Amino acid sequence: MARAVTTQHKTIATAAAWIVALLIFFPILYTIITSFKSEQEAIQGFALIPSGTMESYAEVQAQSGYFKFFLNSVILSVGSTLLAILIAVPAAWSMAFSPTKRTKDILMWMLSTKMMPAVAVLFPIYLIFRDTGLLDSRVGLTVMLMLINLPIVVWMLYTYFREIPGEILEAARMDGASLWNEIIYVLTPMAVPGIASTMLLNIILAWNEAFWTIRLTTTNAAPLTAFISSFSSPQGLFWAKLSAASTLAIAPILIMGWFSQKQLVRGLTFGAVK
Amino acid sequence: MKLRTLTLGLLSASALAFAAHAESITIATVNNGDMVRMQKLTDDFTKANPDIQLNWVTLEENVLRERVTTDIATKGGQYDVMTIGTYEVPIWAKQSWLLPLDKLGDDYDVKDIIPAIAGGLSVDGKLYAAPFYGESSFVMYRKDLMEKAGLKMPDAPTWDFIKQAADKMTDRANGVNGVCLRGKAGWGENMAFLTAMSNSFGARWFDENWKPQFDQPEWKNTLQFYVDLMKADGPEGASSNGFNENLALFQQGKCGMWIDATVAASFVSDPKASKVADKVGYALAPDNGLGKRGNWLWAWSLAIPAGTQKADAAEKFVSWATSKHYLELVASKEGWANVPPGTRSSLYANPEYQKAAPFAKMTLDSINAADPTHPTVKPVPYVGVQFVAIPEFQGLGTTVGQLFSAALAGQSSVDDALKQAQDAATAAMTEGGYIK
Repeated sequence: MARAVTTQHKTIATAAAWIVALLIFFPILYTIITSFKSEQEAIQGFALIPSGTMESYAEVQAQSGYFKFFLNSVILSVGSTLLAILIAVPAAWSMAFSPTKRTKDILMWMLSTKMMPAVAVLFPIYLIFRDTGLLDSRVGLTVMLMLINLPIVVWMLYTYFREIPGEILEAARMDGASLWNEIIYVLTPMAVPGIASTMLLNIILAWNEAFWTIRLTTTNAAPLTAFISSFSSPQGLFWAKLSAASTLAIAPILIMGWFSQKQLVRGLTFGAVK
Repeated sequence: MKLRTLTLGLLSASALAFAAHAESITIATVNNGDMVRMQKLTDDFTKANPDIQLNWVTLEENVLRERVTTDIATKGGQYDVMTIGTYEVPIWAKQSWLLPLDKLGDDYDVKDIIPAIAGGLSVDGKLYAAPFYGESSFVMYRKDLMEKAGLKMPDAPTWDFIKQAADKMTDRANGVNGVCLRGKAGWGENMAFLTAMSNSFGARWFDENWKPQFDQPEWKNTLQFYVDLMKADGPEGASSNGFNENLALFQQGKCGMWIDATVAASFVSDPKASKVADKVGYALAPDNGLGKRGNWLWAWSLAIPAGTQKADAAEKFVSWATSKHYLELVASKEGWANVPPGTRSSLYANPEYQKAAPFAKMTLDSINAADPTHPTVKPVPYVGVQFVAIPEFQGLGTTVGQLFSAALAGQSSVDDALKQAQDAATAAMTEGGYIK
């Protein structure tokens, strides 16, 4: 009897999980469906079966080439992530293993920079970029994206590092490891799942960042967010084309997320049992 | 090996030299059909000007507006040509943010630009932006439904006629709404329509001393008429309908009448997109016998920001894109019906265009019926038909738009909406230093 209840519970839980997952995924699914409709079909109301036309994809590609934007997205998201990791690993290390009275305050202060609406600093940042010649440059935007995501990266790494017993590092030190050796040969290998999932999450965040990537670029450094934005129209029907552009833009990150989901989930729940 | 390196080096150096020689200009624009077509036809320009390369930045309208405003206010110099509307031009020109267009070329024929449009793009007699396409608004109606209702649409209808026709055409059981109008909140959405409509009711945003006028009976008449009309004969959920939503409804045969941009005529009469393409008639926007009609005036125009380093190349491009030659180029490649409308008088005198675009005469008459410098029955201190050309208007217009959209949705009464609009406008005008 008890066994039957457990099975029943399991079935209900699985069904509930599927329903929630479907609800969350549905907007993306419907975008993909709409991208295979013609503009006329797209406005005719709710329909799950598209006619399967590829005309929107052809038009989107003809109107503005996808690959230039795609390449910029890759460079910006990967570049900003690597840069952020480079800075955040030592920062998180020092806070996790030699905390002071003010460590918590520093962490809160870093996070507080995420609390301000981005548009509030648009003009100062724009002026700095203008005066340093960084407008529409990949370098400038890489640094910008790194700075935006740095607090989250530091926080995540700090949480992972805290799970690693300090005794192991002490042992390494007793064996004569220098500070860098300690970080590179002892700490990093142990924290690989955590670092990997932080990187994955950061790539996703940088890939989807749409405020600064649109406002600080024009043509040379414009990533896929600018590509999507160009398909909305004040006068005329554009839903199918916009859906096709969105599908093209999210496809790489969706595929990457699919293949790395195990890693991602493991990293995100690392230490959650405590 | 050394020779190869040397050759490679020389080759790349000469490539660099060539690239440096070719000047590239960056053009910011919106994703409207006419602009997309222009991007496809630029070979014609680059062939004649091999030393100028064109880079395009296409953005959603509101993002574009914010983007180019940021750039021009900080003199960022990211764009050499900007697509802006009749709202921005007078404000930006007064700030010296735009370069006057006085080198458009000998054969450009500035006088050929429709006077109402040129007036909206000029400050102190100088042209600061060249119109790429212009539009007014008018009534698009279903000839078959009008006939069924036993009525005949006059060329210049009154609001009372529109109400009467809408009541008769409405057949909700069959999904037909007598009239579809904008309800989505925004200074360029419902407020474009309602401000133009209010002009024909004798209302105005401000009196000569910039005192807001929402507490006057003319605004009450406008908003009450609009809300009553839409409640009786409008589509469900009208408070979230903008241009594109109403376009979709009309194309599917769900509207008896639609009062909106003249540029919509080419969409609703396109048999590939519209189920009712062969049944559409056109009339001037309605009036109330007060001497002003409820139609607006807008022109997507090309302007050159003062911060550009490439003014000459930019002006060459602006001249090309808004020339008579460009209209002929579009006609030769895509037919006369696809020529960008509403900018040049000569286009409307062209018999081939008249034949290809049955809505041509009504479009020109509508444009001519709008006067941005004298938009209202009573005198006003501002320029603009469906907007007030002051920097505060974007924010204020959208706030008032939200209040009126809520009144349409039944979330507040007409009186409450007007009272709140009056308060919001008074606060904004006081803060802006227009009134004390």
